[in-house]
Amino acid sequence: MAVERGKVREFARATKSDAAEYLEDPQPPIPPTFLTTSTFWQPPEAAELWRVIDIDLRRLLHGEQEYVFPDGPPRAGMQLTAQTRVESVFEKEGKRGGAMTFVVTVTDFIDPDGTLVAQARSTAIETGRAPA
Amino acid sequence: MTRSLAAGDVLPERAFGPLTRTDFVRYQGASGDFNPIHHDEGFAQSAGFPTVFSVGMLQAGLLATYCTDQFGPENVRRFKVQFREQVWPDDVLTCRATVARVEDGLVHLDLVVTRQTGGTAVVGEASFSVSSVVGD
Repeated sequence: MAVERGKVREFARATKSDAAEYLEDPQPPIPPTFLTTSTFWQPPEAAELWRVIDIDLRRLLHGEQEYVFPDGPPRAGMQLTAQTRVESVFEKEGKRGGAMTFVVTVTDFIDPDGTLVAQARSTAIETGRAPA
Repeated sequence: MTRSLAAGDVLPERAFGPLTRTDFVRYQGASGDFNPIHHDEGFAQSAGFPTVFSVGMLQAGLLATYCTDQFGPENVRRFKVQFREQVWPDDVLTCRATVARVEDGLVHLDLVVTRQTGGTAVVGEASFSVSSVVGD
């Protein structure tokens, strides 16, 4: 994905930031949750992930989201490659009965030199599955 | 700006809202998440909800703005959220942060976003570099 200045500005405004660093800098840093916009760059087959691991999208909730930037946030003008893997899948008993399935995915964002500049970890929860 | 931070410090809170459906739509356009449950009244009702509700990542983004406005956009090193209650049109969200610890040039924050009902929408953690803020 290309990190674009206009997209950073749009995202900053949508999250109610008016920081000059985002709006005025010609190469602004990204807001902490900006890499969610990598979905715009996903190939269509990325949606296949959920089918492959047999998850029902209608019962899918977003449980947790984490971003780590080892050397600070990337900036507009950078070209990043994102690669997502499933880290773990596990079940827990829901409070109201029925098993909930937790799916943890990790996305590495790599710059052209091969440096890991950001990592995203997402926990999705599939709520109680009806008995088969 | 010089400031000293210590574990247990409570930072000034900040309110966002009342949130509108336009806020949801604007965030959806910016983020690329076009799930209709956040903007299509009929779709949301057919799924059993009284109306549309906010995108979790919008609350997360507002919490991130609360943090970056205090510590500087370029200083973020880690940001994590866990989603709790849903957020609805007309909700007013209040962001709060407490310093968990300061070490190795980083401030670690415990974060919470509450609704006007008192319910918790989001809890989170963040780490920011403060070596340029604190000096030494």
